[in-house]
Amino acid sequence: MDFLRPDTFAEALAVKAERPDAVPIAGGTDVMVELNFDHRRPSALLDLTRIAELREWTTVDGRLRVGSGVPYTRIIEQLGAQLPGLAMASRTVGSPQIRNRGTVGGNLGAASPAGDTHPVLLAGDAVIEVASTRGTRMIPAAEFYLGVKRNALEPDELIAAVHLNATPGPEQFAKVGTRNAMVIAVCSFAIALHPAEKRVGAAVGSAAPTPRRATAAEEFLAGELDWAAPEPLLDSVKRRFGELVAEAASPIDDVRGSAAYRKHALAVLARRTLGWAWQDHLGKEARECA
Amino acid sequence: MRVNVTVNGEQRQADDVWEGESLLFVLRERLGLPGSKNACEQGECGSCTVYLDDVPVCACLVAAGQVQDREVRTVEGLADGDRLDPVQEAFVEAGAVQCGFCTPGLVVAAHDLLERVPQPSDPEIREALAGNLCRCTGYEKILDAVRLAAARR
Ligand SMILES: Cc1cc2nc3c(=O)[nH]c(=O)nc-3n(C[C@H](O)[C@H](O)[C@H](O)COP(=O)(O)OP(=O)(O)OC[C@H]3O[C@@H](n4cnc5c(N)ncnc54)[C@H](O)[C@@H]3O)c2cc1C
Ligand code: FES
Ligand code: FES
Repeated sequence: MDFLRPDTFAEALAVKAERPDAVPIAGGTDVMVELNFDHRRPSALLDLTRIAELREWTTVDGRLRVGSGVPYTRIIEQLGAQLPGLAMASRTVGSPQIRNRGTVGGNLGAASPAGDTHPVLLAGDAVIEVASTRGTRMIPAAEFYLGVKRNALEPDELIAAVHLNATPGPEQFAKVGTRNAMVIAVCSFAIALHPAEKRVGAAVGSAAPTPRRATAAEEFLAGELDWAAPEPLLDSVKRRFGELVAEAASPIDDVRGSAAYRKHALAVLARRTLGWAWQDHLGKEARECA
Repeated sequence: MRVNVTVNGEQRQADDVWEGESLLFVLRERLGLPGSKNACEQGECGSCTVYLDDVPVCACLVAAGQVQDREVRTVEGLADGDRLDPVQEAFVEAGAVQCGFCTPGLVVAAHDLLERVPQPSDPEIREALAGNLCRCTGYEKILDAVRLAAARR
């Protein structure tokens, strides 16, 4: 096995072009488990932790560009106000030790259907910036997840960053598990209200072969919400929204939960998070009118 | 491969390191530092917690090559010679140690918490220790130990 240690992103792309078999390692919280248990014996590891560019964030054209190697702890502590949904999901990942190392880039690289950041990235219209020596591609999150642990990366590509709205509307994320820490989601749900465009983002995790958007639920809700003169939500709207979210899922029975339970729980999470997000929106409107 | 790393303030060198090896293996088997424990090798138990550049991490999930030219501080590096660190002392006094397997990881995690939050609330203590499992104590004495160490700061 080779251990490749580029210092810059350009160097890393050159190495990856030459060695497409090299497995990138960022926080290592997925890769090292596979190595420790002999589930994987790559011919080379490509260490990304020496690359300063991947650990930075900047604002580009009013959008936040967050480097793929920014650990969850820093997203929570330093970007929590700007990226509430991503910070909420980050807080539920593993434990402090895991959040100190684990990255959004690694979550995307692993592309587990249960990865906690995925629903938030989908609901928030995130765009994944991937790069190779051939150039850069901007992939909308909705086109990034192709199958169970399969993503849209080509063998010579690396994830550079995720781009997100720098002034998002209300966002919420919720996850079902047996404990508050160290839990792979039984199912998860993210909602993002986009008041400026009168749109809604909604996505489910751990409830289908890939994380996915609940498009029918998004459209239904966008039509029902009165953005200009917001009022408390009708129960019937919340209930219908929950039903449509559950319908978007195609879960399986497994050790963590049954398909029926997952659908039920998703409807509950959807109703609840919608309530919180709309409450945020009402609060904001009230403050702005006062 | 060869790995050069600062461990507990000392420049150390490990040779013949396999490229897929973990920092935990290097510490325990190559550098003679068995304080950090190996229980799960998958980040679940926290018994291998060490500081890497001042940030607590699971040593079992760090690739050996990733610590080249970096600084690691293990439980062995907390005491000042024969004088235990106040967190270690509090664990002893509060009876927070039974079999002791989880203790090194918990001591490092608690040490980090008190560096960041000198007077933590109970929920803050629980959250900070959520990545460390103990099969013996039922955690109450561990919480007592952290409260004691905080009170003495
Ligand atoms: C104890 C424990 C608890 C966990 N709990 C959770 C949880 O609650 N929620 C959750 O979502 N996940 C959880 N995980 C999984 C893991 O922590 C996350 O998926 C994390 O985001 C991975 O990030 P990383 O930087 O550690 O990735 P790595 O392990 O370094 O990499 C993961 C994958 O992504 C690839 N990769 C990494 N960076 C790039 C890049 N820039 N370009 C291309 N490919 C790349 C790697 O080759 C690999 O295939 C847990 C893991 C452990 C060990
Ligand atoms: S041995 Fe590293 S977390 Fe259990
Ligand atoms: S004292 Fe035995 S595991 Fe904690």
